[in-house]
Amino acid sequence: MEPKRELLEALCANARTETADLARQTGLSESEVEATIADLEGEGTIRGYQAIVDWDDLDEGHARAAVELNVTLDRETGYGEVSERLAKFPEVSSLHLVSGNYDFLMIVEASSVRKISRFVSEKVAPVPEVTQTVTHFVMETYKEGGIEMNGDDDDDRLSVSP
Amino acid sequence: MARVRTSERVGRVPPSGIRKFFELAEEREDVISLGVGEPDFSAPWAARDAAIASLERGQTSYTANRGMRELREAIADHCAERYALDYDPGEEVLVTTGVSEGVDVALRALVDSGDRVAMVDPSYVSYRPGVLLADGEPLPVRTREDEQFRLTYESLDRAGASEADLLILCYPNNPTGAVMREEHLEPVAEFCREHDIRVLSDEIYADLTYEGEHTSIATLEGMRERTIVFNGFSKAYAMTGLRLGYALGPSDGIAAMNRIHQYSMLSAPTTAQHAALEALESCDDDVEEMVGAFNRRRRFVLSRFSEMGLDCFEAQGAFYVFPEVPGDDEAFAEGLLEDQGVAVVPGSVFGEAGEGHLRVSYASGLPQLKEAMNRLEAFVN
Repeated sequence: MEPKRELLEALCANARTETADLARQTGLSESEVEATIADLEGEGTIRGYQAIVDWDDLDEGHARAAVELNVTLDRETGYGEVSERLAKFPEVSSLHLVSGNYDFLMIVEASSVRKISRFVSEKVAPVPEVTQTVTHFVMETYKEGGIEMNGDDDDDRLSVSP
Repeated sequence: MARVRTSERVGRVPPSGIRKFFELAEEREDVISLGVGEPDFSAPWAARDAAIASLERGQTSYTANRGMRELREAIADHCAERYALDYDPGEEVLVTTGVSEGVDVALRALVDSGDRVAMVDPSYVSYRPGVLLADGEPLPVRTREDEQFRLTYESLDRAGASEADLLILCYPNNPTGAVMREEHLEPVAEFCREHDIRVLSDEIYADLTYEGEHTSIATLEGMRERTIVFNGFSKAYAMTGLRLGYALGPSDGIAAMNRIHQYSMLSAPTTAQHAALEALESCDDDVEEMVGAFNRRRRFVLSRFSEMGLDCFEAQGAFYVFPEVPGDDEAFAEGLLEDQGVAVVPGSVFGEAGEGHLRVSYASGLPQLKEAMNRLEAFVN
């Protein structure tokens, strides 16, 4: 496997892995690891690093919704222009153009369901190209970014086996 | 208390050295185990789904003794694609309940009383008892760290293997992680051809060969007709609990094995056969992903051993490394478990040539490996 890909896979598994450990895993030297990560960041392949949080563990409120959006386009306005406008809203945590019955899938996060409702009705729906919104509030998260939220971490293998 | 008289044959089989460490490890709660001989991944979802679907369809009957025809065909195709070796799914493939059953049946089918069975030392714990239970005489062939734990023409000669009737190979090797490439296997093949030795080649870790392709000894000239190849789904597809393996070999050998298999096992578990078929057909990507993760862990662990000054040759297969430790390996492993709560298996459990080593499995997540290596370092210092 290419060292870049190897490094990306290791970072996807845990972005906080120390350089020394990344070097041990990939067989690169520590300076090569640092240089490769710098290249990947510079090229925009690595866009950022985030924590995967189980918000239910916090007392503070957190709400999330998947919003389906349909839009109409004209000669001057394409998906790119619409997405640029929508992506600017800080409440939008991810935005995808998708195939199927609607155009965009938008993930929205806020501190309450009410705030998300208001955001969709007051900020998203009035965007001129948006013709329809369907909001699905997230009731429970079982898996996020490849990590199971309530997963059973117990290792039930035999502790010593042939 | 009433006692049952047991056979003299069973009496010849010593208790498992692994059992003792299992019991010690089970007594403690804070143990990080590097003593596991199975992947920490689950079987690919597609394979699990196929198993579930087969149950939903009520496919709970015996299959043909040799295994489902479709599965045998898929195994033969897989082998043809990978090694350019053709096996007839009707006569030359036997689906078994794990490689363990396959090897046991082969030993019982191919070994006559008093036959000498040479085997790589160190290697998997079940071969020696299997030979004893088949009334054969085990003949360990020592391998050495300075020869990368590979079998050589000279090591076979030195051990008196020219008198052997059968040779058990296990590469990639459990416990050392050693691999034998084509150039290393050729002299072994030459020895077997010269002395008319049949070969049982346990290749269960074939997919876990890093940096290069696995070679099966059956691909070498004059070897297909004298070799039974074993492989299965336990390691590459993380399906240990489904107990599914297979044997490939000349029709007379497979027929003899099937004669025992049909009376003892009847057929391998049907649900597992459905899972295995799906695994062969659609789970290559899952295997590749898992092998990539193992390879990163392998490099990590090797690098840590090198940093802590423990001599450890560069294992290139399976998911074990085999570092050398000072003094008695059993005492070292017990001390490590007591002091630091890290379970490993002493190398001597796998044969005399394993003395002074530990089998360290990296089939655990990196956070556990990292912590275990830190504890090991603290113990060594």
